[in-house]
Amino acid sequence: MSKTKLLELKNLCKHYPIRKGILSRIAGYVHAVDGVSFSIYEGETLGLVGESGCGKSTVGRTILRLIDPSAGEIYWKGERIDQLTRAQIRPYRKEIQAVFQDPYSSLNPRMRAADIVSEPLRNFEKLSQAEGRERVRELFALVGLRPDQMLRYPHEFSGGQRQRLGIARALSVKPKLIMCDEPVSALDVSVQAQVINLLGDLQKEFGVSYLFIAHDLAVVKHISHRIAVMYLGRIVELAETAELFNRPSHPYTEALLSAVPIPDPKHQRKQIVLGGDVPSPINRPSGCHFHTRCIYAQERCKVEEPKLEETSPGHFVACHFKLNT
Amino acid sequence: MTISKHSSLNSADWSGKLFHVNHFFRTKLPALFKRYPFAVIGAVTLILMGFIAIFAPYLATVDPQAVTPLNRLKPPSWDNWFGTDALGRDVYSRVMYGARVSLTVGLAVAILSTVIGMAIGLVTGFVRWLDPIVMRIMDGLMSIPSILLAIALMALTKASIENVILAITLAEIPRVVRLVRSLVLSLREQPYVEAATASGTPLIKTLLRHILPNIAAPLLVQATYICASAMITEAILSFIGAGTPPNIPSWGNIMAESRSLFQIAGYLILFPSIFLSATVLAVNYLGDGLRDALDPRLSRRM
Amino acid sequence: MSQTTGKPILEVEDLRTYFYTRDGVVRSVDGVSFSVSEGETLAIVGESGCGKSVTSLSILRLIASPPGKIVSGSIRFHGKDLLDFSDAEMRDIRGDKISMIFQEPMTSLNPVLTIGRQIGEVLELHRHCTKEEARSRILELLKMVNIPEPESRIDEYPHQLSGGMRQRIMIAMALACDPEILIADEPTTALDVTIQAQILNLMRELRDRTRAAIILITHDLGVVAEMAQRVVVMYAGRKVEEANVFDLFEKPMHPYTLGLLNSMPRLDDAASKRLVEIPGMVPSMRAEIVGCAFAPRCSSATERCSQESPVLQDHGNKHWVACWNPVRHGARV
Repeated sequence: MSKTKLLELKNLCKHYPIRKGILSRIAGYVHAVDGVSFSIYEGETLGLVGESGCGKSTVGRTILRLIDPSAGEIYWKGERIDQLTRAQIRPYRKEIQAVFQDPYSSLNPRMRAADIVSEPLRNFEKLSQAEGRERVRELFALVGLRPDQMLRYPHEFSGGQRQRLGIARALSVKPKLIMCDEPVSALDVSVQAQVINLLGDLQKEFGVSYLFIAHDLAVVKHISHRIAVMYLGRIVELAETAELFNRPSHPYTEALLSAVPIPDPKHQRKQIVLGGDVPSPINRPSGCHFHTRCIYAQERCKVEEPKLEETSPGHFVACHFKLNT
Repeated sequence: MTISKHSSLNSADWSGKLFHVNHFFRTKLPALFKRYPFAVIGAVTLILMGFIAIFAPYLATVDPQAVTPLNRLKPPSWDNWFGTDALGRDVYSRVMYGARVSLTVGLAVAILSTVIGMAIGLVTGFVRWLDPIVMRIMDGLMSIPSILLAIALMALTKASIENVILAITLAEIPRVVRLVRSLVLSLREQPYVEAATASGTPLIKTLLRHILPNIAAPLLVQATYICASAMITEAILSFIGAGTPPNIPSWGNIMAESRSLFQIAGYLILFPSIFLSATVLAVNYLGDGLRDALDPRLSRRM
Repeated sequence: MSQTTGKPILEVEDLRTYFYTRDGVVRSVDGVSFSVSEGETLAIVGESGCGKSVTSLSILRLIASPPGKIVSGSIRFHGKDLLDFSDAEMRDIRGDKISMIFQEPMTSLNPVLTIGRQIGEVLELHRHCTKEEARSRILELLKMVNIPEPESRIDEYPHQLSGGMRQRIMIAMALACDPEILIADEPTTALDVTIQAQILNLMRELRDRTRAAIILITHDLGVVAEMAQRVVVMYAGRKVEEANVFDLFEKPMHPYTLGLLNSMPRLDDAASKRLVEIPGMVPSMRAEIVGCAFAPRCSSATERCSQESPVLQDHGNKHWVACWNPVRHGARV
């Protein structure tokens, strides 16, 4: 794994104003993303996990500039890109692509498969009909689809096949980074395995990096080299995969790991059931956002926001009372 | 199926074409009919009306403008199938020619208002700051009853079919704009549109490639309803004298001229209104059928 | 795990529910039989389209007809066939003796009625309570499902509550009349994993207290392992395996079950383990399936499999498998 840094986020923030009243006064903000920083290197997969409302999807969309950040910096190969206009960002789209969550609505139902897959290609390169067809055929083969399916419409494919089309589309311009936003959540278990394996194979073959956004920890474990855990807009823990699962240092990570049901009826494990619900991103708890549900919470946690600190090489935790260290 | 013995036609070619047409009538049409009976009836009726409109000169028995005062107000007979009006003109011939006006107005208004409305709606849906301005203008237009709007416009200009078309189009545009705008607003949020942006597709291409094809179906359905509405509006305008100039026979005009006489010569109103109603009904049936056929959710329901 | 007395209260036999669509007949449930005993938790597992949801809807006769129809079979509740019941008799059963919770708590609650009204509706219909009796029972139920501050929640609307709380309300509604059977259709799929843990915990507590039998429909084998005592595995509208939960996970005998277990990413796997795939995809339900539905994807398939539909056989200890070449000494890869 090369150490070339591709993407770097520094204190990325995204706030949505809430307007109330006839004059649309700003009544508050939804702090979707609240100071997120991480880097992605060439050839690696960074998993981004968290539950609904934690902001992981927003982070992904902001990197793609489908949403504009409110504050913070985004660097691509050392160049700052968060301040560029939509037109200036276009060339970067060749390098940063995306695979979306819903295989049913992320493909235009009225376009043929070949046209969908070749769209990014056609945006950036001038290809003849024959060349275009050849490239699409290659892409289809890469993702395990047959060339005779090239002229079909999306509704003629199954969910798993549609997701393959989405992956082929992202790969068409040979990007360096693919943002995968919950790519397997909408698929059946037996098909998930196919797609996860495919993504892994493609990474081995092309050295493409992934930002893998998901809520399913078991899935993320299989594909990520490093994992960042988010809660209410902030990263609470970031570590290499094995390290995160063996020695989780943040109470939320610990609770998250223990909440995932294990398919083994004999398995007895310490189950930490968190009380309460995820607080609203509008009215966030003071200090450490997690203190309202944390079983280890102390006075300090209510007042002081913990900073992300490196407890061991590559292992970052944002907690006043780090566990397992 | 007999093959024509005309030597000037390549018999193989000709039988090929006839075969396809025949195949359509034998297999596809009955299946279509079974599934959308009313739509097929509507389509057939419209084709018939179109036929009448195009071939009116051949279908009419006499000159529709020919005035024969001696023959006036005669009820339907073998000489005058639909009778004669107050000026002795043959109602049947006038009704045949009347089809031209109604269909022309209906089609022209439908096409014009759809195209213009779509253009405005697309822009409004995408350019955020234009949205409130354009929508307030459209709201203003919509709050004036379309008939009154048309009358006002007609009062400003001279009576002619072109002006009738323009007036009714103007009244119908706001509805199309509303529809297109709401479609664009919802389509804009669709993941595949986002995916297109992420793929580097510029805005114009996104509009053409992704938005347009997906609004085509509802727009087409809306266009058929506009056609029906326009035909009725034209008839109403003509009825009150604010529409097609009186020398051109239109179904509305024919009814207008005879409205004070309908108690003694009801057939004068009856025949044009049958034709008008049948046409409007046919257009509506066709629109309903298209809507059901083109709705992807309905056709794919488990 | 809760105790079951072993006495069957619901017996489904050879249930067939078909949907008659323009494009053909969809055989969603094609000859499924199972039984549920008093206090037992039965899980029906399968992927999308296998017919598990349609099975549960068929039990309560909630199939939209047309285009659906329960074509044949019997659903015996305490010996009486529910398919013979009149509409009025079924309404008495629903919510009272057999109740159901659905997957989407957001859309299963009426947004314009308060929580109190919705739970009250169930009580009104089946228990004919007065307003005061109902109110106290509702408060009791809300406390039972661990809703904080029930007195103020009772007058709130669904949109004021979170997903986890809404699912608890659904559970409260379902348990309001002390049903004998609770059908839970993917009750935690739409919830976050920490909330899912809460809800599953709650369901286990309530199960022990009320001794209701639960039919748990899910695709998540982890949930099955935590909750179920017996498991039925469905594929393409048919039952392919049934066993008690320990046998199913330790010695799965149907190749599909084994494939499912192997292809699931698990927290206790090594991080870089490659998942074992099941090649191919679920067959279209519109065509008539000849032979074993899983044969095209099965690595142990033989001639016989594609021609003859396998019959369920008991391989000992009530472990039923429908396969001509079941897995021997089934073990996880």
